[in-house]
Amino acid sequence: MRRIYLDYAATTPTHPLVLKAMLPWFTDGFGNPSSIHSFGRESKGAIEEAREKVAGLVGAKSDEIVFTGSGTEADNFAIKGVAYAKEHKGKHIITTAIEHHAVIEPCKFLEKRGFKVTYLSVDRDGLVDLEEVEKAITDETILISVMHANNEIGTIEPIQEIARIAKDREICFHTDAVQTVGHLPVDVDELKVDLVSISAHKFCGPKGVGALYIRKGTRIVPFMHGGEQEHGQRASTQNVPGIVGFGKACQLAEQEMGQEKERLETLRDKLINGILNRIDHVHLNGHPTQRLPNNVNISLEFVEGESILLNLDLVGIAASTGSACSSSVLEASHVLLALGLPHESAHSSLRLSLGQETTEKDVDYVLEKLPQIVKKLRAMSPLYKPGRK
Amino acid sequence: MKRREDLRSLYSEKVMEHFQNPRNVGEMESPDGIGHVGNPVCGDIMELYIKVKDDIIIDAKFKTFGCGAAIATSSMVTEMVKGKTIEEALKISNKTVAEALDGLPPIKMHCSALAEEALRLAIEDYLAKPKRKEE
Repeated sequence: MRRIYLDYAATTPTHPLVLKAMLPWFTDGFGNPSSIHSFGRESKGAIEEAREKVAGLVGAKSDEIVFTGSGTEADNFAIKGVAYAKEHKGKHIITTAIEHHAVIEPCKFLEKRGFKVTYLSVDRDGLVDLEEVEKAITDETILISVMHANNEIGTIEPIQEIARIAKDREICFHTDAVQTVGHLPVDVDELKVDLVSISAHKFCGPKGVGALYIRKGTRIVPFMHGGEQEHGQRASTQNVPGIVGFGKACQLAEQEMGQEKERLETLRDKLINGILNRIDHVHLNGHPTQRLPNNVNISLEFVEGESILLNLDLVGIAASTGSACSSSVLEASHVLLALGLPHESAHSSLRLSLGQETTEKDVDYVLEKLPQIVKKLRAMSPLYKPGRK
Repeated sequence: MKRREDLRSLYSEKVMEHFQNPRNVGEMESPDGIGHVGNPVCGDIMELYIKVKDDIIIDAKFKTFGCGAAIATSSMVTEMVKGKTIEEALKISNKTVAEALDGLPPIKMHCSALAEEALRLAIEDYLAKPKRKEE
């Protein structure tokens, strides 16, 4: 049976050229980058070369890039690092209700330690209101963190405008750009951001490596204490093969991004329109145009997400849902609920995220299979009353 | 095959079999008892219908909005009650339903509790209709 992977927002396969670049650094190039000898210097050279590539992709200087173990770590580093560095100045943080757990949970952690956090609401398309940002700022505000694009619904936030508000008030601004770097142009100076979280495995790099961009002059407490690696910001012997792979993935993204974006947008819109035309009682979640090139998120009313996923899996299609039934905490997606969706619609959500191996044939296959699955599940749904509007 | 193994690590083969080919799906014309449970917040909604003759459940049907486990337990419980007396049917617990399906993941045990609850409510609904019982 053919297998179609449509969960690229969760993770991507490592690009063959990325893997090829990594392999020597497991064996011959095993030296510790902190060592003085030639083995160490070779590894050090490799990670500095990778740092330049990562910096180059986001328009940063290479000494503003700190390698981390993941995107989640970069988010934790940014939120807690700034909070601890500036707590004498104030204890108020502004973020949004639709952030990734990697931002929300550190914020909740800080709330238990005396910080105040404002979680900005979003409109039905998932957009943050600039006026709300302005209104939330107090003399105590030390950090604003708004994600560049949402991982579930794909909505791209007006980061440049929000960052300008933060800059005018001299407040540190962080963006979780895990879903955008490598997919869309991200330039730290154009966006006027102070901190940016990046993850390698979201754009064909390896898992277990990410980075935090830290604008020169930003006050932040180191994430790990120990050796002097990463300018003393993140102690730990670096993951040399991972970092080399990350650098290679950035280089490839820089070359392929523009073309790939257009190709994916065409496939995305074909998939969205195809579903809307073939199935009734369906709506798109997230912004219709201001959205990631590879993100499709829909609610298929009257049917539950996990049962859709299982049926898709049985015909070889891998996707994801915001339904409570598929989460380990049995709660529906906080992002979908923040859009104002009723619980039933959140449970009925399906996310299909496309990537470099997705073809038009794959889209056609989904458009052939999905209506049959929805029909079958609706026939057993007590919520579905055929003929009703 | 690798893929099948992966699915089995999520749900037992029996759960998947009932999920793919659920028995007794649908509404029932003039049922003797209806059990309606669940709420949209938790994401599972179950409706169970029974037909009773001479104190024996002669037919059962269901409609369910829910995950794989919810659909499979609905299907299994309707299979299990058919031919049972009211007294016997009341003895069916969520545990026996889950066991009949070769087990459920711990986090999905509440789905089988929902099936038990729907059955109990359908029987209570039937018992609350004295007229029909005397027929």
